[in-house]
Amino acid sequence: MLKWIVFAPLIGAIINGLFGRRFLALLGQKATERLVGFIACASVGVSAALAFTTFFGRLLPLPEGQRIITEHLFTWLKVGSFQADFAYLLDPLSGIYILFITGVGLLIHIYAAGYMHGDPGYYRFFCYLNLFMFMMLTLVLADNLLLLFVGWEGVGLCSYLLIGYYIKWDVAGSAAKKAFVMNRIGDFGFMIATFLVFTTFGTISFVTKNVNGHEIHSFLAQAASTTAAIGTLTAIALLFFVGATGKSAQIPLFTWLPDAMAGPTPVSALIHAATMVTAGVYLVARCSPVFVKAPTAMAIVAVIGAATAIFAATIGIAQNDIKKVLAYSTVSQLGYMFLACGVGAFTAGIFHVMTHAFFKALLFLGSGSVIHGMSNEQDMRRMGGLRKYMPITFSTMAVGWLAISGVPLLSGFFSKDEILWRAWSTEALPHNWGKALWVVAAITAVITAVYMTRLMVMTFWGSERFAEAHDDHHAATGHASGGHTSGGHGDDHGHHGSPHESGWLMTVPLIILAMLSLVGGYVGVPAALSMGRPNYFEDFLKPAVAQVDPATATHFVASPTDVMAQSEAHGAEAPAQAAHEGGHDVETERLFTAISSVLALLGLGFGLVFFRRNPLWRAPKLLEDKYRVDEFYDATVVGPVENLSRDGLWKIVDVKIIDGFVNGVARLFAAVAGALRYTQTGFARNYAAVILFGAIIIIGYFIVSFFGIRINI
Amino acid sequence: MVPLSWYLALSAVLFTIGVIGVLIQRNVISLFMCVELMLNAVNLSLIAFSRLHGDVKGQLFVFIVMAVAAAEAAVGLAIIIALFRSRETLNVDEADLLKL
Repeated sequence: MLKWIVFAPLIGAIINGLFGRRFLALLGQKATERLVGFIACASVGVSAALAFTTFFGRLLPLPEGQRIITEHLFTWLKVGSFQADFAYLLDPLSGIYILFITGVGLLIHIYAAGYMHGDPGYYRFFCYLNLFMFMMLTLVLADNLLLLFVGWEGVGLCSYLLIGYYIKWDVAGSAAKKAFVMNRIGDFGFMIATFLVFTTFGTISFVTKNVNGHEIHSFLAQAASTTAAIGTLTAIALLFFVGATGKSAQIPLFTWLPDAMAGPTPVSALIHAATMVTAGVYLVARCSPVFVKAPTAMAIVAVIGAATAIFAATIGIAQNDIKKVLAYSTVSQLGYMFLACGVGAFTAGIFHVMTHAFFKALLFLGSGSVIHGMSNEQDMRRMGGLRKYMPITFSTMAVGWLAISGVPLLSGFFSKDEILWRAWSTEALPHNWGKALWVVAAITAVITAVYMTRLMVMTFWGSERFAEAHDDHHAATGHASGGHTSGGHGDDHGHHGSPHESGWLMTVPLIILAMLSLVGGYVGVPAALSMGRPNYFEDFLKPAVAQVDPATATHFVASPTDVMAQSEAHGAEAPAQAAHEGGHDVETERLFTAISSVLALLGLGFGLVFFRRNPLWRAPKLLEDKYRVDEFYDATVVGPVENLSRDGLWKIVDVKIIDGFVNGVARLFAAVAGALRYTQTGFARNYAAVILFGAIIIIGYFIVSFFGIRINI
Repeated sequence: MVPLSWYLALSAVLFTIGVIGVLIQRNVISLFMCVELMLNAVNLSLIAFSRLHGDVKGQLFVFIVMAVAAAEAAVGLAIIIALFRSRETLNVDEADLLKL
């Protein structure tokens, strides 16, 4: 069953990839779009249907603490005591992930079928998109680190292909390369971490395996009771986190994500907001037993997360490209997720991953709808007043805007509030760190509300700035001219200057995502806000991740976390947890909820008042220039590497040494041949003479060597 | 009885004359005769050994060589005639059409 969840999108990718061109040749653009779109959406639909039935039909009915389904396809690698299986693992953590990956993925596929209308590379796009779904599901369902790495690399590849989808536009090409190379840096950390895990624990599996007749517990279970040096565990955790910073665009490897917006908007929504970039959070949560044993690593994760959150949020306030704002917003929200992981609230982090998938996919798709309706205009300075032209896009995006800003009772409110509270009350960090991180996160929350309000105001309110600015600027926007080679979207009313609402293929996913953003948070209402009812989401997820033991604030003991052997441990811990949450803390938590609500509304109010008055307000230059991080990297890393490559590796190593060697060999042979050619006279008698000399030499040899042996007559 | 070494010496002398002839002659008929001379030098030594061992196989072998030599002579002379017709010369150095 699990394998079909994973493989259904692959089948779609293979069909579209192999036969898409033929469809196009046989059927023409319009019918091909229908067919390819149907195949792509159907394959993801099958995957989604199976994911939902498996999750609700098979995983949920299992008793709490034993919710785990494995499926062994075959043993992939087996060398000595090392074993990597091609096997899947469905537990609460991967369950949550497959639900929103397939669910949001399906919606985005449907949306993309409308958005990519008229593009000649339609089949290629959907082939990549389906392949991405396959890789992403492999990543989250893998039962060992190596298979996870396959998915990890696979989504990186698909991300590269899709960022560079507009192959004739060099901005997209270099953005794709940048994403790929930066992810490589992270992957390096991931691989070293995997090696370290194997040398430390003797296995890379997430579940107990029988290898060569021995039961080998998963490295997660071993981490809980390990005697390994804390330095090793810290190294493993930090190296995993290096991998996560690459994939999830955290400081210092975040600069690729904003550039990745060169890809088509559905790609930005699916890969660079909802799913792939949260793989880093998944990795950290999956390996949480290792992390909770390494407090230093936890602190670094939390600090990096908080720093990224505020750093990206302040950049986001100064951007004018609608997708860039959302990209920095994504980086910032990912920072929140890592902050949650770093303070030990892995469930809160995953909760935010889920709600973020809803509202950020919604916002991206909404921005795509705006871009589509504006004939590929992305600059918000040339938008404004779109409310009356695109009512559905406006109202759905408004939901996303309120959700991400943390307005009470929407999905983002619950998850963000949870993270803020857990940061304040964390026991995983030294005493005041949590409070400092809370301050940073709270400021970020205000900034988030402000920049999202700015986006909404610039796009949907105010004067209609597109009319006058359109003609002279449109040719220079690059995306339009370089991106869509098909000559517009083929619909007649999409000509310059008159924005229009998108078709139902695009609006229906928006509406569904808006509803999810509205109600998606109610699965994880904290106990403090729901009259003492336990946090359902947290309880569901808890067996799959490690907890920082609340009893010991200074040194950290993880609860036994092998998902196989979880049940008894969890049973023992639950009452303690409940007791801990009672009384005083509830009051404080409610107070903090109120504070964060006020902060969100404050940000919204300020944004509405300020940006309604000055929609074209210019942010400080430093923010507009994104703190010049790219320039800094260019000066410190890219430039020196380029210089070394050009002046050292090319002009000396390549030209002088390698070419010199190759040319030297060629010259040697030429010289030898030049001497030997004189023997080739063309006179048959000369050759006969050579034969004679040869015969004489051979005979002479025999005579000399058998000297003394005479023939008796 | 003439000792074997005499036959072998004669055979070697004839063979050497043939080799030198092949190497230095330019007239194609002379070349041809020199090749025949080499063949017959070998025949002589074969017969000498045949006599020594009292074995008839050597003589049989000589007959085969003579038959092949006769066939070769027929083909070779035909080639020489054809060469002469087309070139009006018997000098092998002038038959250099294949030379670059």
